Amino acid sequence: MYERILRKYEPTADNLLFILHEIQDNEPKQYIPEQGIREVSDYLDLSPSQVYSVITFYSLYSVSPRGKYIVRVCDSPPCHLMGSVSIIDELSEILGIKEGETTENGMFSLEVVSCLGVCGVAPAMMINKELFGNLTPEKVRNIIDKYRQDKQPASQVAE
Amino acid sequence: MPNKIYNKHVLISIDSSTLLAGARQVEKKLVETLKKEKLSESIKVIETGSLGLSDQGVVLVVYPEGVHYVHVTEKDVEEIVRKHLKEGEIVDRLLLEREPEVSTVSYTEDEFELEKQARIVLKNCGIINPEDIDEYIALEGYSALGRVLADMKPQDVIGEMKKSELRGRGGAGFPLWFKWNAVKNEPETPKYIVCNADEGEPGTFKDRLILEGDPHRIIEAMIIAGYVTGSHHGYIYIRGEYELSINRMERAISQAYKYNLLGENIFESDFSFDLQVKKGAGSYVCGEETALLESLEGKRATPRHKPPFPTEKGLWWKPTIINNVETLANVPDIILNGGNWFRGYGTEQSAGTKVYTILGHLTYPGLIEVEMGTTLRDIIYKYGGGISTGRQFKAALIGGAAGAFLDETALDIRLSYEDLGEYDAVLGSGAILVMDESACMIDILGSTMRFFQHESCGQCSPCRVGYQQLTLYVDKIAQGKGEMKDLDDMLELASFMNGSAICALGQSAYLSVSSILRYFRKEFEEHITDKKCKAGICSMSENTEKIAMRG
Repeated sequence: MYERILRKYEPTADNLLFILHEIQDNEPKQYIPEQGIREVSDYLDLSPSQVYSVITFYSLYSVSPRGKYIVRVCDSPPCHLMGSVSIIDELSEILGIKEGETTENGMFSLEVVSCLGVCGVAPAMMINKELFGNLTPEKVRNIIDKYRQDKQPASQVAE
Repeated sequence: MPNKIYNKHVLISIDSSTLLAGARQVEKKLVETLKKEKLSESIKVIETGSLGLSDQGVVLVVYPEGVHYVHVTEKDVEEIVRKHLKEGEIVDRLLLEREPEVSTVSYTEDEFELEKQARIVLKNCGIINPEDIDEYIALEGYSALGRVLADMKPQDVIGEMKKSELRGRGGAGFPLWFKWNAVKNEPETPKYIVCNADEGEPGTFKDRLILEGDPHRIIEAMIIAGYVTGSHHGYIYIRGEYELSINRMERAISQAYKYNLLGENIFESDFSFDLQVKKGAGSYVCGEETALLESLEGKRATPRHKPPFPTEKGLWWKPTIINNVETLANVPDIILNGGNWFRGYGTEQSAGTKVYTILGHLTYPGLIEVEMGTTLRDIIYKYGGGISTGRQFKAALIGGAAGAFLDETALDIRLSYEDLGEYDAVLGSGAILVMDESACMIDILGSTMRFFQHESCGQCSPCRVGYQQLTLYVDKIAQGKGEMKDLDDMLELASFMNGSAICALGQSAYLSVSSILRYFRKEFEEHITDKKCKAGICSMSENTEKIAMRG
């Protein structure tokens, strides 16, 4: 998989962020595995630690496996003012995980993030690439219920 | 090019917030229903960008009437088609409750004629289909570029920009002509043009809506910047969370290449320019221009020391212009109408208009473009519809998280670079977060400090350690364990950060802390001496796991 992705880009360091995005998007567990780090660093002639340091700097990347659905809740001041704390609590309770964790069945990860840029409909969250706004704890329950109907566990998707 | 005449046009707003309200489903149903009713030949459905209304669900506008329908669902479509489009009877129950203000993005017919419209940046948003280059061209798009390449020398363009007194809209407020002129005069090549679309300032989404609603405007401005400075490469750095912006911009760029507006010998001139979208990966500090350059080079986004400034040593240490999306969006109209025209808007030291995102406890949160110098009161009560909760206004945070807190004594302040300076506040990114009495200022300051603690790049200790300490102070006060001395210590620490941090992220601590203590000191004192949170938000005990540090 890595070779196919790498070959699309010139081997220059400024393509690193693009490549990392693409590797992560193609990984069912939405992270960048160690093997990926090694192959990227070989290709771009960087040390693995340089690549690792870039990955851990940016919040959209992860070096550990995550759920099939990443729930990103905003807790920046505008969402905070409109009640994001109760949204985070609700998510934590119904998913049974704290922020930064992934459910045992590999379906959901919960992340508290900075501004998503949809502050007009605060409080807001994103599940993978889908946005949800004007949230209430009740709305959150309904949304998660819908995602739960997807019975396919993360490890069997894609590839 | 449009060559068919339709009786009516139905605009459907497609942006991130209408998409999440189901705009695609409504659009599909609308097209199907029109077909079924055999109206497809006479009524055209046009996708457009944001209409500036944030909490109104799916929004449709029917022209020529200029009727706005809000919160439209699939179920309503049939009624709109049957009643309104077929029989000409307006569906009252779906109407927008208020008349759209002149300066929200929405238009009514005769406003096209208004001479002194406060709409420059957003003039096409909500009017054209952003995915169709022909619609931009039909509204004078790329004619500024044509004029520049045919009739103007680089120096002439800089002259108009100087006359216009356009200043940067990203936060720092630096004169545009000065940057352009500096890069133009640099002997070193290659030179680069960078558009900063890493809009991460909490409460700000103006750039997203410009990118989603009128992407070609930014492309046109960047090509002009390239011609003026002798640069042949441009990058638009868009934050990774803005999927729709990235897709629309990439599409717009490929259309521009097809029309030879990008690439070799643009408009058959000697000038060539290439443009590429770069996608960010989640980092607030990338909005700082030198951090953005580091990120473009594929590195950790840690800001550089300045000087040297990017105009001299920028991307790959070559001369580079970095302009914000909104700043660039002003450029084509300044070329077409002249710098003096633009200077005619605004106040003594702040020319033109400003796009604001207004939010919080407001009846109509959303996006507005108004003349520089509009008062905070007008923005809250005229354009924002006043406080939504029926409670009293308490505070406004102006300029995003890196901005200043103000109370009701500042309501009549004119929003401009110079007037805000008098209040030690800044225009910043143009985000205005409005809070009613139910807000607790200690809680909001805590949220702001945690945000910066999380987003600090960690490079310099004043910022890395400073925000951590400030968060601890605020949490201590929220737990009822604060001492009066803490307030002075916080101010001193913030002042130290202001003087020693490498970039604005660390420096801006002082603005938050000093402004909130100036206007709301009493509330902090109540928390400390009476151990009381009037708003009932702070726990006043140690059980505050909830507000533990973010990962």
